[in-house]
Amino acid sequence: MPLVDALLIDLLGLPFMQRALLAAVFTGVAAPVVGAYLVQRRLALMGDGIGHVAVTGVALGLLTGTSPIWAAVIVAGLGAITIELIRAQGRTGGDLALALLFYGGIAGGVLITGIAGQSPQVLHEYLFGSISTLSTHDVAVTLGLAAVVLLVGLGLLPQLFAVAHDGEFAQVAGLNVRLYNIVVAVIAAITVTVAMRTVGLLLVSALMVVPVATAQQLTNSFRTTLIAAMALGTGASVGGLLLSAWASYHARISPGPTIVLLALACFVLTWPLGAWLRRRRRLLTPFPDSEPATHEVADGHPHTHSDDCGHPAIPHGDHVDYVHDGHRHAPHGSHYDEH
Amino acid sequence: MLTHRHTQGDGVVAVRDGAVAIAGRPILRGIDLDVRRGEFVALLGPNGSGKSTLIRALTGLRPTAGGSVSLFGTPLAKFHDWPRVGFVPQRPSAASGVPTSVWEVVASGRLTRRRLFRPLLRHDRAAIRDALDVVGLADRARDGVSTLSGGQQQRVLIARALAGEPELLFLDEPTAGVDRANQEALADALGLLSRRGATIILVAHELGPLEPLVDRVVMMRDGRIVYDGPPAGRDHAHPDHGHHHDAPRPDHLPQVSGPLDSPGAR
Repeated sequence: MPLVDALLIDLLGLPFMQRALLAAVFTGVAAPVVGAYLVQRRLALMGDGIGHVAVTGVALGLLTGTSPIWAAVIVAGLGAITIELIRAQGRTGGDLALALLFYGGIAGGVLITGIAGQSPQVLHEYLFGSISTLSTHDVAVTLGLAAVVLLVGLGLLPQLFAVAHDGEFAQVAGLNVRLYNIVVAVIAAITVTVAMRTVGLLLVSALMVVPVATAQQLTNSFRTTLIAAMALGTGASVGGLLLSAWASYHARISPGPTIVLLALACFVLTWPLGAWLRRRRRLLTPFPDSEPATHEVADGHPHTHSDDCGHPAIPHGDHVDYVHDGHRHAPHGSHYDEH
Repeated sequence: MLTHRHTQGDGVVAVRDGAVAIAGRPILRGIDLDVRRGEFVALLGPNGSGKSTLIRALTGLRPTAGGSVSLFGTPLAKFHDWPRVGFVPQRPSAASGVPTSVWEVVASGRLTRRRLFRPLLRHDRAAIRDALDVVGLADRARDGVSTLSGGQQQRVLIARALAGEPELLFLDEPTAGVDRANQEALADALGLLSRRGATIILVAHELGPLEPLVDRVVMMRDGRIVYDGPPAGRDHAHPDHGHHHDAPRPDHLPQVSGPLDSPGAR
């Protein structure tokens, strides 16, 4: 193992690795911020929709010879606003609007890349990320855009929270709901473009949504979910990058999928814990304080309940009921009552 | 400001010949309604009679197709004093896609009185705590809203509106699907607010424990006001007797899912 550590330290000394780490940190912090608002509105797939639209943006950048990042920001932004407007307009719902843009975006992207005379291989580095080939300029753009996302996403937290939680209430409270929805759509588009080079357009949404899904297994407030998701997102993107760099001595491992799979692994490990905690909480909730209609004695009860007998003791009015085999047994003198 | 209020008198809500159309179909017609400061008004009527639509028109969520609506003497189009208005929408639950604490939901009601980029100040926190006290949920502030019962969640939504310290409160079916104990808790909260001088306009299917609080009943039927006066049992026969046995009424908008559908033929 000392050899491995030495390799890792060598890697960290390489400029391309340092650039990649910077991009990974900022992407990992910023993506879950937007993801939290999307999940709150039950639009977890919106990031995917925007990601598909951004493919057309990248292709337009290749066609016109301009920077694919900026072309992607603009096209993804327009796509995100379109999704938002379709959603706000009709009863069609967000999912259909998303589906329509999914197909248009990816078909347009592949078509235009062909027209631009590029091979589909060029698109590959945008679809699945290429964090190790970032230039200094790319990193600067990534940091700048991620900072914008963080500033807007955290600075406007009370407003964005209220609008995403209950749009009608927010409107009567005097907030410009449509404007705030468009703000979320635009920072979502920016995040997609930021994460495009880290994990790729097809996996962008994972970095936005999976940390939020993981965090909410264990939290009960929006704020702690957001903070935990930011920590998890950063951990996954930095950890995934290092893991893939270390493993690349043995096999061809791309950072993008490694980051996403690491984030998913966190979810898989957290989910049973969350499920167990929820079940426990439900089980131990006190029973409503009402006396049973009749005095019914549990017959044939050789077992003696106590604090540590293993059966859940659940508060019921001024006493506890021991729960086992579908019964609630309350101690009464030398016997147990059925409650 | 004060002299201005004096000239406009006690009128909090004024509707003249109000009309609302949804997708071109006239829903509310000929609505005349004046609510004075401190009144407790219940909007009653069968499903599809336009009660909720009227509340939505009064809060600006639904544009009017004709007539005029004004709040506190200002036409709705020019009304910007939203901190004076509280709204409790009809929602199945107070939860959303991400875990949210009771405190966070109620705190979002304080937004009407907060500036951008400014944290909660001491008096904001006091208002939020007071709102939680009024609905009797102060001890649940840190819990996730989704762990509360339906009736408790409804009370959280009311606390959210109260956190903004409104003078005029609109509630859309606050008692729908709420058990008797929670309805009574809700009635206690609204009674306290009413005594503090708030004007309350609520939509309800049945008044239940709210009945003693109500000063005035506005009965709606098919988009029109058919009765406006004291609640039943005080000096009138129940104006709405037996509405539960009416034949099911069609909703505002007939279902048309395709251009070749004939509406109503099912």
